Amino acid sequence: MTEILHVRDVTVRFGGVYAVQNVDLRINNGELIGFIGPNGAGKTTLMRVITGIVQPQSGRVFLQGVDITDKATHLRIRAGLALAQQIVQPLRALTLLDNVAIACGSDKTRHALKSMWVTDIRSERAQARELLARVGLSHVVDELPGTMPLGYLKRLEVARALALNPRLLLLDEPLAGLSQKEAASLADLIATLNADGQTILLIEHNLREVMRICPTLYVQDNGKSLAFGKTDQVMSDPNVRNAYLGVGHA
Amino acid sequence: MSYEITLMTTMAISVLFALSLNFITGFCGQISLGHAAFLGAGAYTSAMLSKADVPFLFTIPAAAICAAMLGAIIGLASLRVRHDFLAITTMGVGFLFVGIIRQQDFFGGEIGIAGIPSSGFGKGGFMLICIALALTFAAFSLYVRRSWMGFVFKSIADNEDVTRVLGIDVSRYKLIAFIIGTGTAGVAGALYAHHFRFVGPDSFGFVESISVLAMVIVGGIGSVWGVIFAAALLSVLPMLVQFIDDYKLLFYSGLLFAMMRFSPDGIAGLCTRLFSSIPRRVPDNGGNNR
Ligand SMILES: Nc1ncnc2c1ncn2[C@@H]1O[C@H](COP(=O)(O)OP(=O)(O)O)[C@@H](O)[C@H]1O
Ligand SMILES: [Mg+2]
Repeated sequence: MTEILHVRDVTVRFGGVYAVQNVDLRINNGELIGFIGPNGAGKTTLMRVITGIVQPQSGRVFLQGVDITDKATHLRIRAGLALAQQIVQPLRALTLLDNVAIACGSDKTRHALKSMWVTDIRSERAQARELLARVGLSHVVDELPGTMPLGYLKRLEVARALALNPRLLLLDEPLAGLSQKEAASLADLIATLNADGQTILLIEHNLREVMRICPTLYVQDNGKSLAFGKTDQVMSDPNVRNAYLGVGHA
Repeated sequence: MSYEITLMTTMAISVLFALSLNFITGFCGQISLGHAAFLGAGAYTSAMLSKADVPFLFTIPAAAICAAMLGAIIGLASLRVRHDFLAITTMGVGFLFVGIIRQQDFFGGEIGIAGIPSSGFGKGGFMLICIALALTFAAFSLYVRRSWMGFVFKSIADNEDVTRVLGIDVSRYKLIAFIIGTGTAGVAGALYAHHFRFVGPDSFGFVESISVLAMVIVGGIGSVWGVIFAAALLSVLPMLVQFIDDYKLLFYSGLLFAMMRFSPDGIAGLCTRLFSSIPRRVPDNGGNNR
């Protein structure tokens, strides 16, 4: 198995608060890892360290063996990452279709000056249509995000991340805000993507779905790694139970 | 006839100048509060070259390059930083520009540069050149809007951080918009210098920067047709109404404020809303409309 991501001894401090403390995490090609932990455990922060939105105080991040710690966010994306954010951030002036199409066109947007000479967007829109259909949004492709319910926007985030065709797909609570039925169907899609070979790191609060689709779990609490391993083993780990039941989150 | 020609020429130069800012502020969402400095850089370049007997048409590209180089330096220094840093830097550059021009005898100091040679095309010919350049840049703007570059600009204007997470080199795109916009302001400056046959430090100050921003905002940020309309109208208003000429800053900032408050998408937005046959009702958040 080849290693896709290696987070090595990463620490992030916000003022006096350790959001992430000496964390190590390795993800191999083809894995689907469920990343759980109570609110404030530093899950989103670790995601942001991986994508370069947050700079760690110490530690390194490697993508396919290359140290990307000092690289700008857009270069890390080009190197094979994609992120669906916890707080949805649609481009509000663009239709759902174009929100995804712009990500599909990453070859056309790579070189800024060259992008001026290209106007054809048909193939990207066709691709975007397919991706939106995959997340169950084909009936609203021409709508603006402002008119859409949260559940739709969460799925839009996922479609847009998929459009980047990443080596590693990072999903930050994609199921939050979805109805039980919607959550189950998006979880199914995530499992299917993984079965098709997509490597995925999935942050999720919905334990039921996580336990259903993720073979491997990584648990963080209070910024520290708590457990990593097979899902049933991790879930029976007393430390993990404590972290969840003790703090009172589920 | 001569008065109409003057009016039309003034309009065309203003339209070009406003469209140059529209490229930066309208397309790319980057607020510049010192755009007149680039008009000035072009105007002074063209004026001084003309006085050194360089033919008018050759001074145009020189003015564009000079203004664009200034734009590149400022863009490189400020576009990589936080979102609204450009507004502050450009305002500073605007004041600095006027300050430097004032101090240096090389640039004519307080008195400015008078007696700029005529363009050599006559008043009518010069007007046609101005109109042709304004229309060319308008057509270019409309084209860019349709290109992938325009698509990215729209995305950046919407949300820079998201655009970055989509793998796009946001700083590079912003820099290109800024260089094209400032270079074009330089072209407008060359026309300005040969229209009035005089340039002075007072012509390129804060008031000018605010008026051109008002034109872009009143026209409707990003809308090429709206900006053309607003620039044409607002550029001649002070010539027609003495009161507005006397209270330019008050008038333009008042207009700016009113527009931001009552129709943030400008005249273009106003028209869209008035003429759209099916009024769209937008639910304020996502309820259960599935
Ligand atoms: N930008 C920030 N500035 C200050 N504190 C932050 C910031 N982002 C996160 N934190 C803090 O870091 C901790 C971890 O947050 P986060 O990574 O969002 O947790 P999770 O995603 O696991 O709920 C929390 O205590 C949070 O308040
Ligand atoms: Mg979070």
